[in-house]
Order: sequence, then C-alpha cells, then structure tokens
Amino acid sequence: MTVPFPVLSLIIFIPIIVAVLILFIPREQRDTIRVAALGAAGACFALSLFVYISYNNSVADIQAAQAAAVQAGTNIGTAQFNATLAYTEYVEWLPQLGISYHLGVDGLNAPMVLLTGMVAIAGVLVSWKIEDRTKEFMAFFLLLVAGVYGVFVAMDLFVLFFFYELAIFPMYLLIATYGWVKLREYAAMKLTLYILIGSVVALIGAIAMVLTAANFFSSPEGAQIFEAAKASGLLPASAQPFSFNITQLTLAAENGAFNVFGYAGVDGLTFARLWFPVVFIGFGILAGIFPFHNWSPDGHVAAPTAVSMIHAGVLMKLGAYAALRCGVQLMPEGAQIHLPWIVFLTLINVVYGAFIAFRQRDFKYVIGFSSVSHMGLVSMGWATMNMTGMTGAGLQMFSHGAMTALFFGCVGMVYDRAHTRDIPSLGGFIKVMPWVGIAFIIGGLASMGMPGLSGFIAEFTIFTGMFQASPDITLSIGNFTLSNYYSIIVVLAAIGIVITAAYVLRVTSQVFFGEFDRAKYPDVGDITVRERFVLVFLGAPLFIIGLMPAVMAPMLQTGIQPVLTLLGGG
Amino acid sequence: MEPFDLLQSLPAIAPIIGLTITAIVVLALDLALPESQRRNIALVTAASLFATAAIMLAFWMPNADTEGLYWGGMIRYDILTWVFSVTVIIGAAITALLTIDVVGLNRRGEFYLVLVVSTLGACLITGAADLIMVFLGLETVTIPLYVLAAFRRDDKRSSESGMKYFLFGSFASAILLYGLSLMYGFTGHTNLYAIAEYMQTDAFQVNLIPVLIAIALIVVGFAFKISAAPFHFWTPDVYEGAPTPVTAFLSVASKAASFALLIRFALTAFPPSLAINGAEVQLFWTNLAAALAVISLIIGNILALAQKNIKRLLAYSSIAQAGYTLIGVASLAGDGRETAVAGIAYYMLMYTFTNLLAFGAVIVFSNATGKEDIKDFAGLSHRSPWLALGMTIGLLSLAGVPPAAGFFGKYFLFQAAVQSGLTWLALFGILMSIVALYYYLVIIKVMYVDKSEDADKPITISPVYGWTLGVVSLAIVLLGSFAVQPVFNWVLQGAQMLFANL
Repeated sequence: MTVPFPVLSLIIFIPIIVAVLILFIPREQRDTIRVAALGAAGACFALSLFVYISYNNSVADIQAAQAAAVQAGTNIGTAQFNATLAYTEYVEWLPQLGISYHLGVDGLNAPMVLLTGMVAIAGVLVSWKIEDRTKEFMAFFLLLVAGVYGVFVAMDLFVLFFFYELAIFPMYLLIATYGWVKLREYAAMKLTLYILIGSVVALIGAIAMVLTAANFFSSPEGAQIFEAAKASGLLPASAQPFSFNITQLTLAAENGAFNVFGYAGVDGLTFARLWFPVVFIGFGILAGIFPFHNWSPDGHVAAPTAVSMIHAGVLMKLGAYAALRCGVQLMPEGAQIHLPWIVFLTLINVVYGAFIAFRQRDFKYVIGFSSVSHMGLVSMGWATMNMTGMTGAGLQMFSHGAMTALFFGCVGMVYDRAHTRDIPSLGGFIKVMPWVGIAFIIGGLASMGMPGLSGFIAEFTIFTGMFQASPDITLSIGNFTLSNYYSIIVVLAAIGIVITAAYVLRVTSQVFFGEFDRAKYPDVGDITVRERFVLVFLGAPLFIIGLMPAVMAPMLQTGIQPVLTLLGGG
Repeated sequence: MEPFDLLQSLPAIAPIIGLTITAIVVLALDLALPESQRRNIALVTAASLFATAAIMLAFWMPNADTEGLYWGGMIRYDILTWVFSVTVIIGAAITALLTIDVVGLNRRGEFYLVLVVSTLGACLITGAADLIMVFLGLETVTIPLYVLAAFRRDDKRSSESGMKYFLFGSFASAILLYGLSLMYGFTGHTNLYAIAEYMQTDAFQVNLIPVLIAIALIVVGFAFKISAAPFHFWTPDVYEGAPTPVTAFLSVASKAASFALLIRFALTAFPPSLAINGAEVQLFWTNLAAALAVISLIIGNILALAQKNIKRLLAYSSIAQAGYTLIGVASLAGDGRETAVAGIAYYMLMYTFTNLLAFGAVIVFSNATGKEDIKDFAGLSHRSPWLALGMTIGLLSLAGVPPAAGFFGKYFLFQAAVQSGLTWLALFGILMSIVALYYYLVIIKVMYVDKSEDADKPITISPVYGWTLGVVSLAIVLLGSFAVQPVFNWVLQGAQMLFANL
C-alpha cells in the first residue's frame, strides 16, 4: 500500500515544525498559539485516521499475503511481518552503522497511532485555559506527541530509541513546570530517571543484539540466508549484516541467531535467555510493571491533565508495545523461557494495583493506580503467547488508552472547578456537571469490563487466552517445575476485576452522587462545549470497540501472526 | 624519505599559517585601532579563524594521495588531523565572539593574540608525529592557557586559578616529558612511526616493565591535560576562577587536541600487534584507559551532584565527559576500534559546540547579573526565554538526550565499547549518564520552574551573542539529526585511513 506522500513522516514532523513555529509567535497571542497547536494535533489525527482506515481496508489482502508466506515455507515469520508493513519509508541515515530511517505501520501499531492522534487533540483542548507560558506548554506538548508517534512507527531499533529518548525530556518539563505544585518536581524527576534507566539498559541490549545478528549474517551459513533474503526482496538490496532494521533482526531471530548456546562463555546460556528479561522489563518499566511501577501513580497525579492523559493513555502503551516488538518478537526463545515467571509480576500488577487504588483518598491517585492494574493485564496478555490472549492485550491497550484519558479528563475538569481531589470532601457533582458524571460512569463501566464496552472484549479475550495457554506452559527453575498454572493465575486476576468494580463504584458514589454542598463549592458550574467535545470524543471509541470489535481485532491479528510464527505456534 | 615538495607540504601546515597571519593581524590592530574601536578586534579574530576553518573544509580535506608525513616527519596530515584542527579553530572563533562584551578581556589585543597562539599549538599537536613536536605543541597550547587563566590580574581568583593551573600543568608536562624521554631512550628514534617500526623488529631488546612504565607516565601526563580523575584536582578551581570565556576555551580546545594526540600515540607507537616478550602491550593501556574512565565517571558525576556554582558544576561535568571519551580510548584495541576513533572525534566536535553553548549562556547571564550560582538562574525562562532555551539545549546535549548531538556522541562510544567486548564498561557509562541527567535536569528545573524575585527584570541579549548562541544551538541540533551522517562519514574515513597504515 503506497500513497504519493510520506504520511508517517508528516505525522511525526508536523508537530515538530509547528512546535518550532510556535516559539516565534509573540507570547501575548495565546489564542493564535492554541489554534496552531490544535491545528497540528488535528492534522495528525486526520492523517492517523486515514492510515488506520486504509490499513483496515487492506486487512484481507494482508491475510492472504501471510497465508502465501506459509505456503512459500521459508522464513515464514519474517515474510509475514513484512507483509503486514504498510506505508513504509526507508532512507539510509547512518549506513556505516546500519542505522536507517525506517518507518512503517503494521497491525499492532496502527491502533496506537490512532490512539495517539485522539489523545493529542483531547490534550490540546483540555489545556486550552493554561495562561502561564502557553507558548512553551504547547511547544513541549507537540514535541512529546511527535516523539510518541515516532516510537510507534519506527521500524528501526535505533530510530525507536531515538524517539523514545526524545519524548522523555519534554515530558519532564511539562510535569515539572505545569504540574501539581506539591509533588511535581519530585514526581517528574522520579519518572524521568525510572523510564530512562529502563530504556538505556535496553539500548545496550539492542546494540549487543545487532552485533550478534551481524556475526550470524557474516558466518558462512548466515551469509547464505542473508543473500537469499536480499534476492527475494525480504531485505533491501543495500542491506549490510550490521543493521538495526527490525525486519533484518526478525530474520536473524527466525534463523536462530539468538539461540546459540555458549553465549558470553556460559554453557547453558543463549543470547535471548540473557537479554530477554532485560529488554522486556526495561521497556516494561514504562508500562508500569511490578516492582517498577512506582513512578507511575506519582507521575500521573503530579502531571497537568493533558500530560496525564497522554502519559497514562499513550506512553504506558509505548512501553508495552516496545516490550513486545523488541522483546518477544526478536527474542522468542527468551520469551518462552522467561514469560512464564514474568506472568507472576503481571498478576501482582493487576491485583495489587487494584487494591491500592481502592485505598486512595485522592481522586487522581485512584486513576493512577488503576492504570497500573490495567496495564498488568496487557503484559499478562503478551505472556499468553497465543492469538486470543495477545489480541486481547492489543485491544486492552487501545481501550485502556481511551478510557484512562477520559478518566483523567474527568478528574481534571472536577479539579479545575472544585480545587480539591479529596474524595470524601466531594459529593453530588453529577448534579452540576452531568456530562462529566456520565462520562466517568461510562469509563468506569468499561474499566470493570461491562459487556458492550471495549473493556469487556479486551479482558474477556485475555482471560480466555490464559485458559487456552495454560496446558502448554511449564515453568521450570532448576528442579522446580510448575505446569498448567495459568488457569490459577486467571482466577486470581479475576479478583482484581472485582476490586476494580468496587473502587469505581466507590468513587462514583462519593464524588458524583450524594448531596452537593453549594456553600462549599460556590463557583462550580457545568463544563464548556469544548470540554464536552473531549468527553464524547474519548468516550465514543469505548462503545465502538465494545460493540464492533471487528473494526480492530482482525487488524491486530495480522500484526500478532508473525510474532506467533516466530514463537513456534502458527 | 621522499624529496621535499613545498607545495605538497603546505596544506599540512595550512591552519598554522592561517593562525599565524591572524595573530599578526590582531597584534597590528591592537596598535593601530583607537580605544573606541577595539571591540572590533574580537570580530576580526573570529572572522579570520572562521575563514581559516572554511578554507580547510573547502579545499584541504586530505585524501589517500595527500595524507602522510610532512616536514621531515614532524607532522602527519590526515583526516583525523584535519577534523580535530577544524574543531579547535571553530572552538577558538566562537570563544572570541563570546568575549566581545566581557569587561577586562575585550578591547585587549593581547588577549586575542594569546588565544590564537594557544589554538595554533592545538593544531600542531593534532598532527604531531614526532616526540619533539608532541612536546612543543603541548607546551604551545598550555603556556598561553596559563596566561589566559590569570588574565584578570586584579582578580584574586583569576590569579589563583592561573597559578594553580601552571603548577599542576607543569608537573604534568614534566611527567609526560619523562615518559617521552624513556621512549627515546629505548628506541633511539623520535618519530612515532619510526619508534613503532623499531619496536616491532628483533633489534628491540628491552624488558616489558620499562616500556609499561613509559606508557604509564605518558598516560598520566595526558590524564592531567584532559582532566581525567584521579588527576583532576586542578579542574574545579581553575574552571571557577578563570574568566568564563577562558574556561570555555580551555575546557574544549586543550581537551580535543589532547585526545587527538592520545589516539595517535596509542595507535602508532603501541599498535595492537605490538608484543614484547610475548605480552600484548595494548591490553595494558586499554585497561589503564578503562580504569581512568571508570574513576572519572564516578568522581565527575557524583561530585557534580553537590555543586552550587554553575562553573564548578560544568567543571565536574567536564571530568565526566572525559570519562565517556576514555571509554572510546579503552575500545581502541578491539573490533570496535574504527567506531571508537570516529566516536572520539565526533564526541570532541560536538562537545566543543556543546560546552561553548553552555558556557556562552553562562557568560551572557553573568554579564547581565554578575552572578554565577545555580540558584540565580531561577526564573530565567521568564527573564529571557531564548537564553533559557539555548542553555537547555546545551545541557541536554551534555546529558545525551536527542535531538541534541550528545546523544549520538555517547551512542557511538557505547557502541564501540560493546563491539570491542567491553559491554560492562558501556553499561557502567550508561548508568552514570543517568546520574548525570539528574544534575543537568536540576538546572533546567531551576530555570523553568523556580520562582525568583528578579523574574520581572528581563535579560537582553546583544546581537553578537544572540547570533552566536543561536547558530551554535542550531548546529548542535543539526549534528544530532540531519547532519550526523556527513560528519560521521568524515570521521569514519579518518579512522579507516588511520588503520589502513597500521
């Protein structure tokens, strides 16, 4: 699928260019700045929607191409992965070091691109009233959006890291400058350092991976595979053995380059076994994986509303996405060894996150910990290593992104007017802010998995996937073996869902129902049209996915198929 | 040796000719111009230096035909020489522009003369291929720097800084000289390439230990020059006391030139193939470099956390930066050696721009306010948003955050380390870079978040500073994004040429 213009580069560079232009607008012209930012976010959303819809229309072709790859019989996984890629752009950047500006969309990241576009617009709209240094806020916000887009569409490991690090700094400044006064400096620094540690350690893993792959492709046996792949068009004709191109690394993974025993001089060790947990958990930090989830609630609470939305809504997905892309896809053997124990961490995420959320007095902390809990489900979905569970995880990424952005939007709207987030002192807000109350209830229902909303589809499929996977999974550490235990984990994880229902109902009843105290909150009134639009815009996808999962699930499945092939399933 | 060909030999000293002319012009202007017009000397110096750099870039890029030893084997002219010379000259030109409104330095012809002479020395050592030239060049860099550091005679801190720098510097020179004399004593040659050749032959009969001692002495001498820990004690005091533009210059020029020399020395005199009594010499100096890198990273980054003065903080940060670059030196022996050489050259180029930007912002700020403490930067984003942005870009580049050039700088070195089998060192460096990010972010936080009583007093930036800092900021961002490919290509070619001759 091709279009006459580089659509993905446009999506990345429109926000960057507008951010630079905004710096040249005089600071008094706040409305010009806001409109420019909204224009950039709107243009990106339009392009993202275009990418999503046209990709969705070609799903049948991609499935056919993947089936053809199975027939062809060589390098099936890599060929299937290549078949899913669309809108690819490939420009040599640093050919001597195997770095190329390689972008593309596949079934996994197309929903994420759309989600980023949605949350970006919503973020600009809820930040409309920021009066202090509007210029800097909008410029940094757009840079953050550009970085996030870049990570999702990067098909070169180096470019992925480049954009990943690019996104971190504007986020720091946005939280530290515009966040909640009591917590912002501490939380911003904590968040930045946590995320950076994870990513840079993973970067060293990536360099080591590229070297291992290069050694493989330079060996006589590997060189044959390499030349054949170039001849068949799987790799570009200019490819070198040393390359960060994800397709090429996938090819190396498929041909066992990372499964050679004796890595680093240790007999029973392979590259994948050593580095998989480092890379997976390194990125998992951004997805809030236990015990490295601690930055996330503080960060979300301290951040200004728009940044909380993009952070919980999109950035945490970025971690989960990169963990799958760089961890599971490139080191499937490591995934088979390690995911069976990592699943316990995700279980702790789900249950413990929900319990902690239940205990909070601060409205925003409830949502912060609920993100930890829900993101645990995404990682759990990856750990199933089968089609059902992973599709569920993909749906959960999108569903939770829209849902949590909606939640944070609601919290922000209440806080802007009531100037407190202390749950016991709020009450009866649905009477004065009916739109916010209803939106929160819809989000809450999606969060606890009410049928008809997207959360149900996602969680149900993840749990089904866990049951399906259960007979195939065995955990062995030394002499200790455990098998068929995924079904027990599902039962335990279900506790998390019950607790979720409990805290959502508790917050709803205390904040939105009960008596409204006019004397205490004399100025609280209804929200503006602009804010209503945000709520509808973010709430609608919850219904659309909930009622018609077919607009997303087949697409996700084309993206997951190559990963499963590499994992040895089919 | 080939017959002497003047025309062919000229490009090898082209930068030196350009700098000498500049020095004479500056001296003449100092005599000729009345006091009221002396501010222009800075502009003339900068223009002349930029012109030299531009001519070198345009016409005298060495290629496989023109690279080689010139002037009786004193100077080697190759891409490495070329890249480092251009780096140093551009660094000096930016420094000249940054002094233009600094009271006590501007309007003084002799300041610019000494600056240019120091640059000349730096250009000499980037290509030095002979022990005599090595020492001569090093002294031509450092002696003017002693003068520059103590340039504000009436300021106690400046004099103290000059004195300290002189004492430590001459001590280091003496150690280095002893190492060089041992080298001559073992081999009877002064030319580095001749020494290397001789040491490979059977005629060379020396025990391993004396050679190791010579290497250790030379490395220690260099460690002083590049302010690597544990030989860094002069750095914070000298950086704090010297006039800020001088600090900026000595943090980049002498460091870049010394690294150029260190690479050449390590690779020509003690190449990877050299074995004495069956022991590989390279293991010794790479391990030494790795140890220095680890100590510098720890000391630089940890002590920087506690600093209150911005110049002292940048001093410790420069110790840490020396540590990162030493990771590249430690990787010179393994498979990643080409990446390592290219990485060091790129790092020094981007570090020159970056550090000058950071110091330039400090100069503008302290010119306007007279203050140099980190807490005084509070509210800078209100007082001068552009200055705050420039400083932020500089700090991000030092921290290694994209799209600033520092990201690629660090990345190349880490990759070289992994390729050379030093994954532990790369991991260590990357973890220390997170410590570093903390103190850089704190400064950014102070500028953007903290409130200040002076918040309503705007800081104006004069046009020269505005343009200089603006262009340097842009260069840093470009070096970290679109321009990284051509620049890296140059330095990689330089590295490949270097190894083609080993």
